[in-house]
Amino acid sequence: MAEEVLIWQALNRALDEVMAADEDVFILGEDVGLYGGSYRVTEGLYAKYGEWRVRDTPISEDSFTGLGVGAALMGLRPVVEIMTINFALLALDAIINMAAKVPFMAGGRLPMGLTIRTPGGVAKQLAAQHSQRLEHTLMNVPGLRIVVPATPQDAYWQLKQAVLSDEPVIVLEHELLYFHKGPLDPAIPPPPPHRAVVRRPGRDLTLIAYSKMAVLAGQAAERLAAQGIEAEVIDLRSLSPIDWQTCADSVARTHRVLIVEEDCRFAGAGAEIAAGLTERCFTRLEAAPMRLAGLDMPTPYNGTLEAQTIPQVDDIVAAAHRLVKEGS
Amino acid sequence: MDRDQALAFLHDMLLGRRFEERCAEEYMKGNIAGFLHLYPGEEAVAVGVIHACETSDYIVSTYREHVHALVRGVPAGEVMAELFGKRCGCSRGMGGSMHLFDPQRRFMGGYAIVGETYPVAIGLGYGIAMKDLPEAVICFFGDGAVNQGTFHESLNMAALWKLPVLFVCENNQYAIGTEIHRHSAVPEVYKRAAAYRIPAERVDGMDVLKVYRATEHALQQIRAGSGPQLLECLTYRFRGHSMADPGHYRPPVEVKAHQQTDPLELALRELSLVYPTPEQIAAGPDALLKLRQYCFDQGHLHEEGFKELEQQVQDEVEAAVQFALESPQPTLDDAWQALYCNRGDEILI
Repeated sequence: MAEEVLIWQALNRALDEVMAADEDVFILGEDVGLYGGSYRVTEGLYAKYGEWRVRDTPISEDSFTGLGVGAALMGLRPVVEIMTINFALLALDAIINMAAKVPFMAGGRLPMGLTIRTPGGVAKQLAAQHSQRLEHTLMNVPGLRIVVPATPQDAYWQLKQAVLSDEPVIVLEHELLYFHKGPLDPAIPPPPPHRAVVRRPGRDLTLIAYSKMAVLAGQAAERLAAQGIEAEVIDLRSLSPIDWQTCADSVARTHRVLIVEEDCRFAGAGAEIAAGLTERCFTRLEAAPMRLAGLDMPTPYNGTLEAQTIPQVDDIVAAAHRLVKEGS
Repeated sequence: MDRDQALAFLHDMLLGRRFEERCAEEYMKGNIAGFLHLYPGEEAVAVGVIHACETSDYIVSTYREHVHALVRGVPAGEVMAELFGKRCGCSRGMGGSMHLFDPQRRFMGGYAIVGETYPVAIGLGYGIAMKDLPEAVICFFGDGAVNQGTFHESLNMAALWKLPVLFVCENNQYAIGTEIHRHSAVPEVYKRAAAYRIPAERVDGMDVLKVYRATEHALQQIRAGSGPQLLECLTYRFRGHSMADPGHYRPPVEVKAHQQTDPLELALRELSLVYPTPEQIAAGPDALLKLRQYCFDQGHLHEEGFKELEQQVQDEVEAAVQFALESPQPTLDDAWQALYCNRGDEILI
């Protein structure tokens, strides 16, 4: 039966359940234990499972992420929390050179049940070093899976699936979604972790988004409906791999696609999605795929400017109007 | 050390030497490509350390790891086939010289980014400690790797949580071409362990018995639960950093100094058959010859026996080359399977 929970609570529940079921699961990261996690995701787990399974680490991102790689090689299921994705830059050797490469370099003879959870995105005036979105960097690495949950249900499902997977999975959590409320029913069987979902059916255009932008796309679609435009909203849920079929099926119905991303526009996730859909549905499109993305600029501290660097609901509505007019 | 053990050491050192020299030949023929870092001169470290381990211990190694793998028991044919990029290689042709893996023998890989072995080793050590198992982890690294951040990060965590890891520095005194006094403010690597209260020792890495005993002692302490230890083995590579490196940066005066400190080995050269070459002896004290002499002195071996052992090793290496030559090439499908080896039956849409 569904109950209303916050995303951090859904993540917490997922961790608690997998840790209770499997002694090979352990958590490590900065302030995940005694402190309870900087966004409360690991709250209560230290008291319940002890310090060996919920390990507070020193501030050594590269080595504690690499520790997760080493533990995964012996079949364990480490869940590494990197406090923010900005700090993951210090761990890119462990993520890209090790987690994504070792099973392959070993000829396919080693497991890599490593999960890396990391909050990111533009939050509230955290300035340029704490507001990055780095999905494009990770998407370009074969061997990694990347999930981007936007609801409590998906956060619960996808984190559990990540921990139980033998592949390295990056769970990109959005800092502004942790206190986002929604239904969670643990009894519903999950779809595959990379399956996209149509959040709202529509006929005039397709909005493709993920993470916090999927939430904004839903809000924009409500506004558009009131203005006579029916937007179909797809929440990608996964950036690697991408569920092309669900996207292409939608575009075949609507013939127009607007991709919304918070990450910088240049060489970003949206570029890949636009190119992939152009290749797959060129003849079905009545207008070029449109991208709405973050500006190619470090995030300013000033709150007004900060908001101007990333898509807002108004921007999505305006872009949808432009796209629907094009080619008609 | 009893006869069987001494001869096993000598066999593995000879195998390591002959295998690597054969690799150089195959590289010149074009059967081996890419970066090829050879081990001659450093055999006492691999043999001394790995013979002191249990088969249930994990080994994490660097890109100069062929001999570590051989001593660990990875079949020479599978190592050579990997260097040839073949499907029967221990990494199925996906890893190559710098990435040998053998999960069954707990040989957890060669890592080609300097300083990566520490976090992998503490990860294995963490798992062992969390599950309260009796195993230990050997973490090899070179002197060039001690200035990476991961050295300090990982030693700190290993000490903090008393992880069962033996950090083994193969100090061949050069970070590629930069001599240790030019890259390290504290060139005595073992002293750095004090910063993390990790017991550490420096041993003569050209003497296999000393390396073996020091490793044995360190592993006893580790298994008793005292936490990590560090062993610095002073050694010297006879060749350049890799096949692409003629090693001109090492001054002749240094090579001469090694010659002068090693009259016994020079004398032994007169008795020596194939191993090592005069150039190798000229480059420094040779652990292999020391061990051979030990075996002679102890009556474990006579000259005829040594010749037989050499012939046996020669045959093993030739068989390995033959195995590599005959192994099929991997296909692109094999590569995809290696990439998605952990995906299971999940169907991607």
